[in-house]
Amino acid sequence: MTAWLDTLLQGIMLGGLYALFAAGLSLIFGIMRLVNLAHGDLIVLAAFVVLVVTTALGLDPFLAALLAAPLLFAFGYALQHLLLNRTLGRDILPPLLVTFGLSIIVQNGLLQGFSADSRRLGAGALETQSISLGGGLALGVMPLLTLASAVAGILALNLLFYRTSLGRAFRATSDDPETAQLMGIDNRRIFALAMGVAMTVVTVAALYLGMRANFDPTIGPARLIYAFEAVIIGGLGSLWGTLAGGIVIGLAQTIGARIDPEWQILAGHLAFLVVLVLRPRGLFPRAVD
Amino acid sequence: MEDAYRISVGGRFGRLAALGGAAMLAFFVALPAFAGRATIEDLIFVFYMLALAQYWNLLAGYAGLISVGQQAFVGLGGYTLFALTVMAGLDPLLAILLAGLVAGLLALPTAFVVFRLSGAYFAIGTWVVAEVYRLVFAQWKQLGGGTGTSLPPEITNTVFGIDWVKALFDVRTSAARDMILYWAALALAVGTVLAVYLILRSRHGLALAAIRDSEPAAASAGIDNFRTKLAVYVATAMGTGMVGALIYLQKARISPDSAFAVLDWTAYVILIVVIGGIGTIEGPIVGVLVFYFLQSHLAGYGTWYLILLGALAILVMLFAPRGIWGYVSERTNLVLFPIRRRLIPPE
Repeated sequence: MTAWLDTLLQGIMLGGLYALFAAGLSLIFGIMRLVNLAHGDLIVLAAFVVLVVTTALGLDPFLAALLAAPLLFAFGYALQHLLLNRTLGRDILPPLLVTFGLSIIVQNGLLQGFSADSRRLGAGALETQSISLGGGLALGVMPLLTLASAVAGILALNLLFYRTSLGRAFRATSDDPETAQLMGIDNRRIFALAMGVAMTVVTVAALYLGMRANFDPTIGPARLIYAFEAVIIGGLGSLWGTLAGGIVIGLAQTIGARIDPEWQILAGHLAFLVVLVLRPRGLFPRAVD
Repeated sequence: MEDAYRISVGGRFGRLAALGGAAMLAFFVALPAFAGRATIEDLIFVFYMLALAQYWNLLAGYAGLISVGQQAFVGLGGYTLFALTVMAGLDPLLAILLAGLVAGLLALPTAFVVFRLSGAYFAIGTWVVAEVYRLVFAQWKQLGGGTGTSLPPEITNTVFGIDWVKALFDVRTSAARDMILYWAALALAVGTVLAVYLILRSRHGLALAAIRDSEPAAASAGIDNFRTKLAVYVATAMGTGMVGALIYLQKARISPDSAFAVLDWTAYVILIVVIGGIGTIEGPIVGVLVFYFLQSHLAGYGTWYLILLGALAILVMLFAPRGIWGYVSERTNLVLFPIRRRLIPPE
């Protein structure tokens, strides 16, 4: 009984990590209907940026991420402005193919620069600390921090969306790009800012990815798939739904792993397929398409 | 009816292209009699990549189904071949045909799931399903589980017709096996090109072109978009499964990670189609030649080679979205496979 309760708690906290992976993807889709196939590789890229800052300046990963975030915001802005904006249109093939090409470039660029060795962001004592809940149950501080960051991140994104003028511009462009433009909004700039914000969220996701487990340049596509599953399970266009979707994947994976360690990843995918068959529009659908 | 509108499908060089094609086919059929083994092995690779590219082109370029998960059917085909030959003792060539059937059957439940997604989400959905197949086959212990297994030499060396080829060309068993695989690959590639051509020339091809151009307009003209797309999805899965079976008969070694590899069986294939020219039959043929050239000259550079391919995909999509063939065809009006219907007004 305690073991199962423990599995459930672990699953929910793992879901926090997947929600962080997914939040950036969900944001980008919500605002510009762009499905970024390089999203997973960009998370890994951000983890390497944080790693470089950590080792170069001898900083703690949290501080390093704080320094890396503006850099990655600028990178996201430039990426959207110079490349991805050119691909947006009625045809879905250009954005898919360009982000697919980008994924191959980022992955192999990282392999070239950092080799295939496994890396980790050392977080010192924090990695092993836990909070006892009594009755043989304990919560790891790191997983708890991940979940808290996911909730805080989504809260912050919602505040940005519904309480600021930039958020209003995001929503207007998302609802009707032509009319938004008539009202004086520069869609291309809005899209670039959105990608910048997404890359900031990606930095937070990368921080926890790197502190919780080893990473290497090849793990990006699997992160993309988890993020995608969380977005679809949650329902397109809903950030809280994305959190719920992440938790569903996290729970399915930990329960699967508890039955047989080899089934961890498969169980997550199967949960996704079941939701897709039963609730094709996700648990909390918002967007129409 | 003299002054009525007519519909013409013939291109400028249509007949000439057909004659040239027949001559090239005769050349390729006779090639093993005088070519070395390295050439034969390279051509097997070119043929199966061409067939995969034609199927992906039919899916994405005509039915608008952009799949990033065709490796699912390559892997299914490969594993079916291994299961049927190792466990059931069937002849490998027969197993290739049956592998197509199995891939087509499994495409139905796959479609049931992924057809709930559309556009870009369909693309990632097909990838998830391919991952599910990979993880499930990694659990199949009789076929080596996660590490995979090899095809015993007695299976590849007793393939149908091998004694006859050995006697006729006076070659050793391994060379004779390569020749038979070469002809099988040639037959699959040529069969695929012909099948795609005939489909696109038929009224179903007209329906596909209508769907590609505008789905609502196609539906309003009485086309059942869903059924047409499903038919294309299942047919391409069958073809892709047969190609997968052939690939792993030649490799004689299979593992879940290689058989369900997104890079080898989907990313390269997409590059071939896009570089050559999506939405044409000629495009994948041009693309596979370019890809073979790049692969044989640059593959030694490893990661840099892949970075180059990624950059090439981006550049083509941004600056020449219709690919090399689209560029050539636009300027010269050259058409090798006449499938476009033109309305000719009365004189």
